[in-house]
Amino acid sequence: MSDLQSLYQTIILEHSKERHGAATLTPLAEAVSRGAATGLSVAESHQINTTCGDEVTLRVSIAAGTVTDLVWSGEGCSISQASASILTDTLRGLSTDEARALLDNFREMLRSRGKIEPDEEILGDAAAFGGVSRYPARVKCAMLPWVAFEAALIETESR
Amino acid sequence: MTNIDVERIRNDFPVLHQTVNGHPLTYLDSGATSQNPISVLEAEQEYYEQRNAAVHRGAHTLAVEATEAFEAAREKVAAFVGAETDEIVWTSNATEAINLLAYSFSNASLGLGGPPARRFSLGSGDEIVVTEMEHHANLIPWQQLALRTGATLRFIPVLDDGSLDLLAAADVVGQHTRLLAFTHGSNVTGIINPVAELVALARKVGALVVLDACQTVPHLPVDVQALDVDFAVFSGHKMLGPTGIGVLFGKAELLADMPPFLTGGSMITTVNMQAAEFLAPPQRFEAGTQRISQAIALAAAVDYLSETGMDRVAAWEAQLGQRLVAGLAEIGGVRLLGPGVGVERLGLAAVDVAGVHAHDVGQFLDDAGIAVRVGHHCAQPLHRRLGVTASTRASTYLYNTTDEVDLFLATLAEVAPFFGVSAGATR
Ligand SMILES: Cc1ncc(COP(=O)(O)O)c(C=O)c1O
Repeated sequence: MSDLQSLYQTIILEHSKERHGAATLTPLAEAVSRGAATGLSVAESHQINTTCGDEVTLRVSIAAGTVTDLVWSGEGCSISQASASILTDTLRGLSTDEARALLDNFREMLRSRGKIEPDEEILGDAAAFGGVSRYPARVKCAMLPWVAFEAALIETESR
Repeated sequence: MTNIDVERIRNDFPVLHQTVNGHPLTYLDSGATSQNPISVLEAEQEYYEQRNAAVHRGAHTLAVEATEAFEAAREKVAAFVGAETDEIVWTSNATEAINLLAYSFSNASLGLGGPPARRFSLGSGDEIVVTEMEHHANLIPWQQLALRTGATLRFIPVLDDGSLDLLAAADVVGQHTRLLAFTHGSNVTGIINPVAELVALARKVGALVVLDACQTVPHLPVDVQALDVDFAVFSGHKMLGPTGIGVLFGKAELLADMPPFLTGGSMITTVNMQAAEFLAPPQRFEAGTQRISQAIALAAAVDYLSETGMDRVAAWEAQLGQRLVAGLAEIGGVRLLGPGVGVERLGLAAVDVAGVHAHDVGQFLDDAGIAVRVGHHCAQPLHRRLGVTASTRASTYLYNTTDEVDLFLATLAEVAPFFGVSAGATR
């Protein structure tokens, strides 16, 4: 596999087109109050990658310490969009502790400049971003939705 | 100029002779920053090895030599753009040059500079006019000036083909317009704006004219006096010079009445604990220890360009620019931003590849050793106007060959298939 192919693995290109979890987001305040009525803590975070203009708004719903729902809207390169898509598949249904652990693992792998092989057992499809870690300029793209998840998660806990 | 001349020119640029990702470097990002010939690198090194001293501040031999070289550089750059020597103010880059103007006008609006500076003072009811195609450097300083003074910022809109709506311009520039700031050449569409027509609009209403010449001074013969603009700005690093040096041109009679922006050492005559008197321009606008080696190296860059001949540079790049757009028209699913074949343009072109984000396009090209710019190129409003958020820009200079343009085109044609987008797809 060429470097470029390892960066743009088929699964990434597919997710960048399929965009799992992508939706037109309803007004946040509405979602928060509707959530509150049913025991859900809802929060969202908007992240921008200023180098290339990637944008992701990720909305997180937490119920009793479990990530019950993830939806997002955004625009940007295939890496950032695929990352948001894979994030929703990967983190939905996990406990917040599991989600945080997975995020930490993902971040560490991405920042390793290719030194840490992605652990497919832990990361699932997100392991496909292993090739990104050799492209420091693209790490931000892959991290964008995950940073949004982290920020939104903290906010659900402060509610 | 021919490809044979270009090969000779390339020998003067060490950075071009390297391999990137297993391919010879194809540098098509001179619109962002240009590369340096050996003569420029040597000028900077020679200065540090033999003459390094603070300018305008000492009586020792090195200080005198440094001052002479620094001022000779000013003379050279002035002649290069048809200005008088004292009409050239050194700044860090074009962005700082525009901010210098905006803050000087802002200070004038506060009453600094006394009655002579009143011609620069702005307040509510006054209008600053820019265009929708500006680089953020020629937009945000004016937005901020409007906020500080209560003036209103207006803009000349851009048409679908990327050119200025000159009919609208005649309406936008009106009796309240005090200042018209616009770019000579667009860093996105490659369009060269009709300076004479815009200056005429400004003159009719007595407005000052600021020309952003960042994309033209490096690539075309530019004579600021012939263009009859009041101010012009450009950056050294885009014209074979080093980073850290930019130029503000201002008509002598205007600079003479402007209050300073940055203040401190080297820009004063007498100082007491309450107040200070300022030097005449250009020193009035050059506070603190200056960018000496950069100015000297920029003069070496100007020598390099003059010896090559700006007419020849312009003709070569016009040829490369036409080759670019003609080739782009042949690639399915690629949309050129701005006018197509046959229209006068700079040697650059920005495109949107349907279904593939610019960042991914840039990554694919980089893998082939081709350096281009991706993103909004500091022109978000223009991209929004043209209906895209980002684009991929190839920009040429005197050291680019037709083969390099062809390689870019051939590689760009492979982008859509690689990303699994059929040519002609839309997002
Ligand atoms: C048209 C235009 N104006 C202004 C600038 C700003 O130049 P600098 O960043 O060197 O200040 C640039 C380059 O980025 C440009 O292309």
